[in-house]
This record gives sequence, C-alpha cells and structure tokens, in this order.
Amino acid sequence: MARFEPNIVAFVCNWCSYGGADSAGGLKLSYPANVRLVRVMCSGRVDPEHVVKAFREGADGVMVMGCHPGDCHYRNGNHKALRRFRLFERMITQFGIDKRRFELEWVAAGEGKRFQDVTTSMTERVRELGPLEITGNVVEETTHA
Amino acid sequence: MPKVKAAIYWCSSCGGCDESIVDLGERILAIRELVDFVFWPCAMDPKTSDVEALADGELAVSLINGAIRTSEQEEMAKLLRRKSQLVVAFGSCACSGGIPALANLKSRKAIFDRAYLDSPTNVNPEGTVPVPHSLTADGYPMELPVFYDTVYELGDVIEVDYLLPGCPPNGDMVATALTAILEGNLPPKGSILLPDIALCQSCARNETKPDQLTIQEFKRLIHVQADPVQCFLNQGILCMGPATRDGCGTPCIQGNMPCTGCLGPVGSQDQGARMVSALGGIGEAVREEDVATLLDGIPDPAGTFYRYSMSSSFLGSHRKDVKP
Ligand code: SF4
Ligand code: SF4
Ligand code: FES
Repeated sequence: MARFEPNIVAFVCNWCSYGGADSAGGLKLSYPANVRLVRVMCSGRVDPEHVVKAFREGADGVMVMGCHPGDCHYRNGNHKALRRFRLFERMITQFGIDKRRFELEWVAAGEGKRFQDVTTSMTERVRELGPLEITGNVVEETTHA
Repeated sequence: MPKVKAAIYWCSSCGGCDESIVDLGERILAIRELVDFVFWPCAMDPKTSDVEALADGELAVSLINGAIRTSEQEEMAKLLRRKSQLVVAFGSCACSGGIPALANLKSRKAIFDRAYLDSPTNVNPEGTVPVPHSLTADGYPMELPVFYDTVYELGDVIEVDYLLPGCPPNGDMVATALTAILEGNLPPKGSILLPDIALCQSCARNETKPDQLTIQEFKRLIHVQADPVQCFLNQGILCMGPATRDGCGTPCIQGNMPCTGCLGPVGSQDQGARMVSALGGIGEAVREEDVATLLDGIPDPAGTFYRYSMSSSFLGSHRKDVKP
C-alpha cells in the first residue's frame, strides 16, 4: 500500500519563520513537500478561523510558526498567538480532533535546521495519525486532553 | 384583502420559539388580521394530512423552528418547503443548530448509551434501544423516525429563504421580521433578518472597555457579583459579545448577565474560532504556565463558544461541500 502523504498547511510569519524556511533552502536542507507554506505578516495575524478552514478543506495537520517570544516585529503578536492557539488546542480536542494535528512553533530567520526539524517531525506525526476526517459529529471520543 | 396562509412548525426545539410568538401579546391580533395560521402544532391540533392537502406554494410563509435530528423532522421540513412560498429558519436551532446541536460533540452511540442504558434512573435489563423498524409486543410493525448521527441546521436539508436567529428571537425581533415579510419589504434571499455587526457595537458597556484588555483570570458568574456598568470582559467574565451578531437590544447585558451568543456569528464566520481569536487578543499571560492557568478558567470552550452555532461551525457540522 502506498504511504499516506498528509497535507500540512503551515502559516509562517514573514519576519522570522519564513526567513527560517528561506535559510533552510540556503543551507540545502530539504523539508517535506507535504508542508505548504502560507506567508503572513505575523503569527498574531493568523486567525483560528484560518486554521479551522484549513482543516475543513483538507489539511490533515496545521502549523503556525512565528518569531521566538520577545522577537515579534509587532511586539506581541506571538503572545496573542500563544494564548489563542493554546485555547484552540483545547477546543479542537472536544471535536474529537487529536491536538497533535496542530503545532505552534517559534522559528527564527536563521534557524534553517530547526525549520527542517519541526516540519519533518510534524509530517511524520500526522502521517502516523492518518487522514483527518471531519464528519460533523464526534465519532469517537478522544482521550488526548 | 384576503388573508394569506401561514404555518409554524417545530423540529428539535424546546418550544421557546413558539412561545416567543405567543409573547407578541396583542400585537398578534394585528397579524391575525392578515394571516391565517393553518398549521401550528404547538397551538392547535392539526394533522400532517392538512398540510399534504394544500396546493404547492399555497402557504405564503412557513416559520420553522428547531434543528434537524430525525428523519421525521427532515420529511416535515421538506413537505412545508414544497407548500410554502417562503421558508424562514426561525430561532437559533433552525438557523445554526442551537442547543440541540451541542450533541454533535458526542457520538450517537454515547448519547443512546447514556439515555437508554447507563442513566441511573433507567431500568432496562434487556438493553432495549429505539430502532426504526420493530414489532410491538402484540406483533404489529412499528416505525420510529431515524435518529441521525449529526444535528443539522434547517438550511442543510431544505432551501431557506430567510433566517431569524435568537434563543428565542424576542418579541420586537419577531414583530419586525413578520412585518417585513407581510409587507414584502425584504432583503435578498438567504439574508439574516438582523444587522451584520457585532453585539459589542451596540452594547452600552462598550465605552467602559479599555483599548487593551488585560485579563488575569476568567471568573465564573456564580463566584462574583458582576458590576452593573463595566464591560463583562473587563471584569474577567466571559461575554460572547465580540463574536455574536447584534440585533437583540442587549437584554441579557441589561439584566447584568453576559451575552452567551444566541444570535450566532456575525457574517458567515465561525463563532467559536472568532471567540478564540478575540480572547487570545486580550489577557496578559505570556508564559506557558500562566496561559494554562488563564485558560483553566474556560473549562468547556467548544460548548461555550458554539452554544448556539454548532451546526454552522466548521468542525462540528457536516461537510456542506459534500452531500450527506
Ligand atoms: S464584551 Fe459584552 S459587556 Fe463588553 S462590550 Fe461586548 S457585549 Fe458589552
Ligand atoms: S445579549 Fe447575547 S445571549 Fe442575550 S439575547 Fe442578545 S445575543 Fe442572545
Ligand atoms: S512578526 Fe513574527 S510572530 Fe510577529
């Protein structure tokens, strides 16, 4: 049987994490083709609605990546992202969605290696979890609190 | 002018929507001058065959409240659709699932197990659960409606012309909407008959809300005496105003109760995701531990943020782009 290739959508902030992807490229560090980047100005710009939409439209996993705490170019966008997505993770669990399908990561512009690592481990993890199915009701209660 | 015919029907609902029509008080007399309610199970004793006997399109309007959980509700919705020129999704359950659709957070099996097997007040040694086709004790075939896996909003099973959310819609909202319908003074089909702005915009407490809210913790209403003037969020009391549609006249806020979100999301937004966004934007916590402590004050995010809009949510409703 062919290996399951998950769709992963990654929202990356323009100033740090997109730079991280760029420097991965510069260093010739490949990252999985499963990960599709969406460049946004700041992790604080990523609305949880974008993430549920991505899940709804076929993403098996979603990442949000921003500058390390303290480094956000808009001062506190990543702090907002932290509060938002920690709450978001608790919420999607209630929908029976394994919260390991979502990942919030801080990746600096120079961290090409780190970019490669986090995207690779996310891809492997979601590959193991299998395709995400949204049925409109909780089919099985999950235990991943 | 001859009276027009209308129907009022209930699906998965509590009866509050019917009650809100009765609550129109004497205003209903003026409406009765123009409208003949030929089918209204809550208030009269009509039969389905009365509706079947009508010509297609003979009803000027059907106000249908309640969500769709069973095959019988879907059939009735379809019958009324055929007989009606206009169908209004009346109340939050018909518009977006309402309270019944919170059940989408549980599997059908878990619901049946709880209701028929595990509940401590049940005596059911044979483990009988309802099935669509069975025989009665004396051998007659018995049909029950099918209980669906998912709670649907009305628009998932039939075409809906207008929506009037509210749990229930209050008298003024109902009177305004009915007048607009009877006068034919209506926005484009598919519209929600309410403003498309967030509740905070018309809330008298909005002025007390600072530009940057800094919440230390979320408090439960039972543990505090709410200040009658301050924005609830500013007091650390969860208020759904930022993610909820305006149009109710803020009765809850005036009664010193925070908004629980009954008018559903603004625009076509996902109400829960919007609320997560709004709440993440406020607060002071920046360290993981502090964020965790802050969030412990919201023990049931999905149930709180989608209390009335699960069937129109992105994760807790059926895939509308895929036919069921
Ligand atoms: S959050 Fe609630 S109390 Fe505050 S302005 Fe909005 S609706 Fe009013
Ligand atoms: S304040 Fe909120 S909960 Fe109360 S009626 Fe208005 S929308 Fe509904
Ligand atoms: S600019 Fe990178 S997180 Fe705000």
